[in-house]
Amino acid sequence: MSIRRSQIIVLVFLLVGLVGGCGDETQVETVELWHAYRGAEKEAIDRLAADFNANQGDYQLEVLAVASKAYKSKLTSAIPRGNGPDLFIEAHELVGEWARSSLIQPVSPEVELERFTERSVDALRFEGETWAVPLALKSLALFRNRSLVPDAPATFEDALRAGRASGQRPFAWETGEFFYQVPFAHAFGAQVVPPEGGVRLDEDGLGRSMDYVAELVRQGDLPPEADGAKVSTLFNEGRVAFVVSGPWFLGDIRDDLDFAVSPLPDLGVAGTALEPFLTVESLFVAAGADAPPERLAAVVELLAGQTGSLARAQEGRQVIAHRGARTDPAVADDPILSAFAAQSDRAIPTPNRPEMSVVWEPASRALRAVLSGNMSSEDARRRAQREAESFLRPKPEPSDPLPFLAGFFLLLSGGLVALIRRARRETWWPQAKASKAAYAYLAPAFIGMTAVVVLPFLVGAAVSLFAHHDGEFTFVGLRNFVRILASTDQPIGDPMSFWFTLVVTVGWTLANVFLHVSIGLGLALLLRDPWMKLRGLYRVLLIVPWAVPNYITALIWRGMFDTEFGAINALLSSLGLAPVSWFSQFATSFAANLATNTWLGFPFMMVVTLGALQAIPRDLEEAAAVDGAGVWDRFRHVTLPLLKPALMPAVILGSVWTFNMFNVIYLVSGGEPDGGTEILISEAYKWAFTRQAQYGYAAAYAVLVFGVLLLYSKATSKLSGARVE
Amino acid sequence: MKRRSTWWRHALLVPITVATLYPVLWVLKMALTPSDAFSLSASPFPDLRTVSLTNFETLLSSSLFWRQLTNSVLVAGATTLVGITLSCTAAYSFSRFEFPGRRAGMAGLLVTQMFPGVIIAIPLYVLLDVTGLLNSLTGLTLCYATTAIPFCVWMLKGYFDTIPRDLEEAALLDGASRWMIFTRIILPLSRPAIAVTALFSFMTAWNEFILAATFMNRATAYTLPVALQAYVGDRSTEWGLFAAGAVLVSLPVMALFFLLQKQLVEGLTAGSVKG
Repeated sequence: MSIRRSQIIVLVFLLVGLVGGCGDETQVETVELWHAYRGAEKEAIDRLAADFNANQGDYQLEVLAVASKAYKSKLTSAIPRGNGPDLFIEAHELVGEWARSSLIQPVSPEVELERFTERSVDALRFEGETWAVPLALKSLALFRNRSLVPDAPATFEDALRAGRASGQRPFAWETGEFFYQVPFAHAFGAQVVPPEGGVRLDEDGLGRSMDYVAELVRQGDLPPEADGAKVSTLFNEGRVAFVVSGPWFLGDIRDDLDFAVSPLPDLGVAGTALEPFLTVESLFVAAGADAPPERLAAVVELLAGQTGSLARAQEGRQVIAHRGARTDPAVADDPILSAFAAQSDRAIPTPNRPEMSVVWEPASRALRAVLSGNMSSEDARRRAQREAESFLRPKPEPSDPLPFLAGFFLLLSGGLVALIRRARRETWWPQAKASKAAYAYLAPAFIGMTAVVVLPFLVGAAVSLFAHHDGEFTFVGLRNFVRILASTDQPIGDPMSFWFTLVVTVGWTLANVFLHVSIGLGLALLLRDPWMKLRGLYRVLLIVPWAVPNYITALIWRGMFDTEFGAINALLSSLGLAPVSWFSQFATSFAANLATNTWLGFPFMMVVTLGALQAIPRDLEEAAAVDGAGVWDRFRHVTLPLLKPALMPAVILGSVWTFNMFNVIYLVSGGEPDGGTEILISEAYKWAFTRQAQYGYAAAYAVLVFGVLLLYSKATSKLSGARVE
Repeated sequence: MKRRSTWWRHALLVPITVATLYPVLWVLKMALTPSDAFSLSASPFPDLRTVSLTNFETLLSSSLFWRQLTNSVLVAGATTLVGITLSCTAAYSFSRFEFPGRRAGMAGLLVTQMFPGVIIAIPLYVLLDVTGLLNSLTGLTLCYATTAIPFCVWMLKGYFDTIPRDLEEAALLDGASRWMIFTRIILPLSRPAIAVTALFSFMTAWNEFILAATFMNRATAYTLPVALQAYVGDRSTEWGLFAAGAVLVSLPVMALFFLLQKQLVEGLTAGSVKG
């Protein structure tokens, strides 16, 4: 390959890229709308927008569907920098956080909010204002397999009896998720985030609700640790009578299954209704929306008005908040939509206070601990309360940046002095001057790395000296680091402490790298022989794990470890072994993560080794063979030493990547049991995204990850005898 | 060399390959089943009564899919070329020159791999915004190419180091310039390492979606993984379409690997470096 030719190709590519990027800039004025819908809901919005654009030519409504996983972070990075949409659709839960961070604007008084159901508008009030226009309502309800149980039960206990009588398991829902526990918590009188603020997870009612559900699990009426895939499998195979889930479950149900939806019944033992949380998907006006108000109003009317609401109900199968549209026969006579609508009138809007965001993780952890029998409900709710409080931090007192700046200045000048001293050594400067060619070869990569990686890192690392609270950053000096390293928020042996996670992370990295290298190297050696039959086929098949995106294969692996339906347990039982509940113990959960990541990582090592093997002249090994060296001796004393220089980079970098391998942990074990299999980087993510957006604290975690890796790589390069040079 | 018996290799490789392919068969099964549900079972083979290509048809019939595929090809192709060009020159410098800052530079490259993405994303967003590269494939390409550089440089440098210097010295004596040596001797001899790094750079760009989803504000500027992630909802996923998309996304990678195999395993056949 000639370099000159490829340079030209690069230029062409870049130009095409530039043109492609700019070609979309339209001159017509637009109103931009973002949402995270998919399927029928997305199509309904797209259809409404297309009609709207066809009927008037002054401006265009431009709709962007964002992947839900990237949605929140995209909104929070785009809106403050003026790149956000004019309008966006999101659940109401974040109203408090966003209003305080000034990401959204209150609804203008012209919008007639009385058109919408009372509960949906209530959900959008925060600190005296209404912050969005309600569109669609989502809440849990009861799905029933009609061939197992023909009639809707009056109470939960009736459902239990009818389910048992059907010969199948009575219930299934995503047991370990607190969201699905909420109806029971409400029935037993718990209120996790009271209107006046704060978090109340240590209430007796919450504990009693967990005991109640744990008893269902113990009696075999409800499968433990079920995720979405398991619930839909059970329901579709007719192996469960009732499922508690929301409208999103409709898409998972087999076409030929006879089912019905009804509101959650009363819980007889508590004497009240099972009231789930209500999520109100609403239309927000972003801060800094630059479209004129009358155009924004027109788009709000398009989506939230009578006609738009009806279209979303009929085409998108949404449960709408518009009262008038609800009485339309097309909605009122639809058994599923009307059941969800009835449920939405007896569901409690999820509290929209910022505190709500810290409830989910501790509450789900507590729930799982109780359901698995590892903890009494009393201990579990107390711990949940402690954890939630440690996430909920008041706005800190600012530190004085002066001593810090002075220290920084001292450090900087010390570094400069050292550098100048070095430069003044006689050999240094002439050498540097003589190495112009070397620097010229290096310059493009150096400039790129500095701009795109190093600068953003320095800025990001500086965030670790601040605390983030409601959109404001307060300078706190090194206090974030002190809190983490001294483990002031939790005991040092707690799975959430930095030190515990560090030990797990190091073990995780070492185990992975060992397996990656040994399997990859072994396969490369097996596939090296040019006379071997089918080796091309093996080679292509064996890199498949690397080729398929890991965000889907990791989920497949999770499914393979399912207790009831998973392939691994099927294999175990065919060997006469007892099935294992993989994610309920640390060792097995860790092993599940490890198996997944080994599978994902060995092909890369194999490919690198195959390339590196080419650097070894075969005649050296053959000479050794002639001299009578055995297979192992040849590998140990000839092949391996020759492979080392080309393999070391992959080994060191591979361990760095494994150290930060967020996807596998997140998708396979999810930190189970009890957050024990969490690694440092997944903890950092949690601090940034699920524990009240503590960006400063998360950045401090990330800086520590960086520091640990620095030490780690020094240690491994020493151990392996390879110098970093 | 004599033809050696290889049956024991097949005896080892067949079970490993089967185990390796099992989860992938699962992806295929989901892709061929026209349903949103992820139904668990131990068998990786689809139910023959329900097998259909509906999911693939849905994907391939949308014009947006082809636009997004083009974007992905452009970005991944440009990333590979830019990444390899920058890495080859840098690696050559590290391998063949002795200069102040050399060791610090190599160590520095390694260090950049340790920066956790979580703290880079937001400053990077601001940087692209300021330079006007937000919402453009060029900006995305630059991000991916630089992320791939450190591995590529290390890999290539390690490989360049194994190439004996005798040839270059002879060429220097014959009056060849450094650039000629680099392009006519070093690069052709490094085909295996270039193949590995090309595959790596391509994959870096081809599968990434968080940055692309955050930086791109138009569906027509999305890359395929971003479009694919749109099938994953907060509480449920359209598994059939998601899996079909994953299969389509992985085909080009396998094709690329197949094409690069020759470079990868037959790199040094000529006798030019021996001795």
